[in-house]
Amino acid sequence: MSGRAWFATPLLWVGLLFAALLLRMDLLRPVFRWAFPETTPLIYDRASFLELFVAHLTLVAVAGFGAAAVGVALAIFVTRPAGGQFRTMVGTLAAVGQTFPPVAVLAVAVPAIGFGARPTVIALFVYGLLPIIENAVAGLEGVPHDVREAADGVGLSSRQRLFAVELPLAAPVILAGIRVSVTIAIGTATIGSTVGALTLGTPIFDGLVANKLPFVIEGAVLVALFAILTDMLFARLDHWLRRRRGL
Amino acid sequence: MSRQARVPAPPLATPRGIGIHDQVLFALVLAAAVATLISGFVALAPNRLVSGVPASLWISAGAAFTAAIIVTALLLLAVSMSPQHPAALAAAALLAGAWLLLTVAALGYAARTLIVDAPPAARVSAGPAFWVVAVCAALAFVNALQRLRAGLVLMTAAVAALCGGIILFAITGAFDALSIVREYAARRMLFGAALVRHVALVAGSVGPALLVGFPLGIAAARKPRLQGPLFAVLNLLQTVPSIALFGLLIVPLSALAAALPRLAAIGVGGIGPAPAIIALVLYALLPIVRNTVTGLAGVAPAVIDAARGMGLTRAQIFRRVELPLSLPILVAGLRIVTVQTIGLAVVAALIGAGGLGTFVFEGLGQYALDLVLLGALPAIGLALAADFVLHMLSALLPGARRG
Repeated sequence: MSGRAWFATPLLWVGLLFAALLLRMDLLRPVFRWAFPETTPLIYDRASFLELFVAHLTLVAVAGFGAAAVGVALAIFVTRPAGGQFRTMVGTLAAVGQTFPPVAVLAVAVPAIGFGARPTVIALFVYGLLPIIENAVAGLEGVPHDVREAADGVGLSSRQRLFAVELPLAAPVILAGIRVSVTIAIGTATIGSTVGALTLGTPIFDGLVANKLPFVIEGAVLVALFAILTDMLFARLDHWLRRRRGL
Repeated sequence: MSRQARVPAPPLATPRGIGIHDQVLFALVLAAAVATLISGFVALAPNRLVSGVPASLWISAGAAFTAAIIVTALLLLAVSMSPQHPAALAAAALLAGAWLLLTVAALGYAARTLIVDAPPAARVSAGPAFWVVAVCAALAFVNALQRLRAGLVLMTAAVAALCGGIILFAITGAFDALSIVREYAARRMLFGAALVRHVALVAGSVGPALLVGFPLGIAAARKPRLQGPLFAVLNLLQTVPSIALFGLLIVPLSALAAALPRLAAIGVGGIGPAPAIIALVLYALLPIVRNTVTGLAGVAPAVIDAARGMGLTRAQIFRRVELPLSLPILVAGLRIVTVQTIGLAVVAALIGAGGLGTFVFEGLGQYALDLVLLGALPAIGLALAADFVLHMLSALLPGARRG
């Protein structure tokens, strides 16, 4: 972002727009009244948007942090000599698992676990593991052989080599996996409203069921901004990581 | 996402003698055993709307099936602890296949026997133990084939044989007592229509997306200046969750239908297939454009120079050199897009576009979980089948690198 002032970034403007809509959607009431004169109420009122956002964010954060921790740990395990035998199977699972539609995974989790936020978190976690494992394995295996040898040459133990050399070098690739995972999680959590989880998708579904288009628009705009904002934050994080590595 | 990354064959264990030579197989058998011990193989419910009471493998499937499944598992365990000769790996593949077929047959048998003494509304569905054992058996099968370094033909034949076995069971009515099959029997016509509609949604979106995305990709490959803004827009679209995009399209499309009755007459409206297909096309563009650009950029400039030196025109170079050389990457893009669209089309049922998602959301609404599965399992199957077929196709292409 060198050469551009921080206040001129799209990140800031999208963030401000999101925050404003989250807190004061009611300011748009005249616009909705003009567009949908016959609908009442015009602003979703069964829960505040802030409340819905916090619930949505919690689902995504719990599943996302869990998936990142477990996914990276698994990737480390299968790229060490001790876990080498599992490398192929884990790679196959991650690749095949990602062909499963996320909605189907969410729907299948319900009979096993029940309705509510729990199946949503578990489905998000399991599905979110896959891109993280895939990228983390690729990142760790992408560390050049001579770099590894140099690390051994200067006398690093295998643990030191992992934390001081391999993980920092693989960090941008790992982050890309987490980014894909979180983007999918935000979208899938939105659909979690159909299995009883409270999210920003709730107004969309209530609106579709009750044929109240304003609810659908309010929910959809907030969900879209939430996803875009998160992606922008990841882009910023990626930029920072690469710059720190001098790439 | 590096979905098309080829997975290398696992290293064969070198040490001889007793020990765990195949840790993967060992772990799979162990996981299956634990699941069988702690969870139900099937669940028996008084009707289709309540969750059932779990019944273990030995109680539900009888002594013969239980013994056969346990013996097969023990044999697999023995194979995992013996040196990894090709003969042992072939045995592991055969045993794992038998394990899967036995487990599936046991499920059908358990449902048939439990339903006999139960009231007419009672339902039997597969329990967690069944799913874990079936998945472990399938993975053990794949693991053995990978260790054998099975080629394309052997892999396809093996998977086809296994699927054929399960289809044969289904045709002979082995699963007729299962709850999901009874949900199907109650909606035979609807299911067929939903499946056709689902495939139509996917084809109707991937087709136009190819028509738009492929030229866009070529243009972006020719003019790299276009790539920045183009990918920024496509990435943004890909980031927006599907249901939000569906919702946002309702408004302009219903306005359009209201303004132009002729459009409304052919089915364009805020709800229905029109917004679904538009959203699915938008989502499909990114993978298509990205793979087209990557594919064309991957053609070595020296090859193009050589073609030009031979006197080929620009159009000839494109058709005879660039296109064939980038075809594997283009087909990989088609695969990613098809699989992605099959999944997103499930969500489209929420805005009345029909398809398999209808059963998923209808089932979730009624708490009828086997109805949910009737929509979700075929969607998963469709995605897996599309992935498999397009993988095979790209492996068969003349320019494909042998993995």
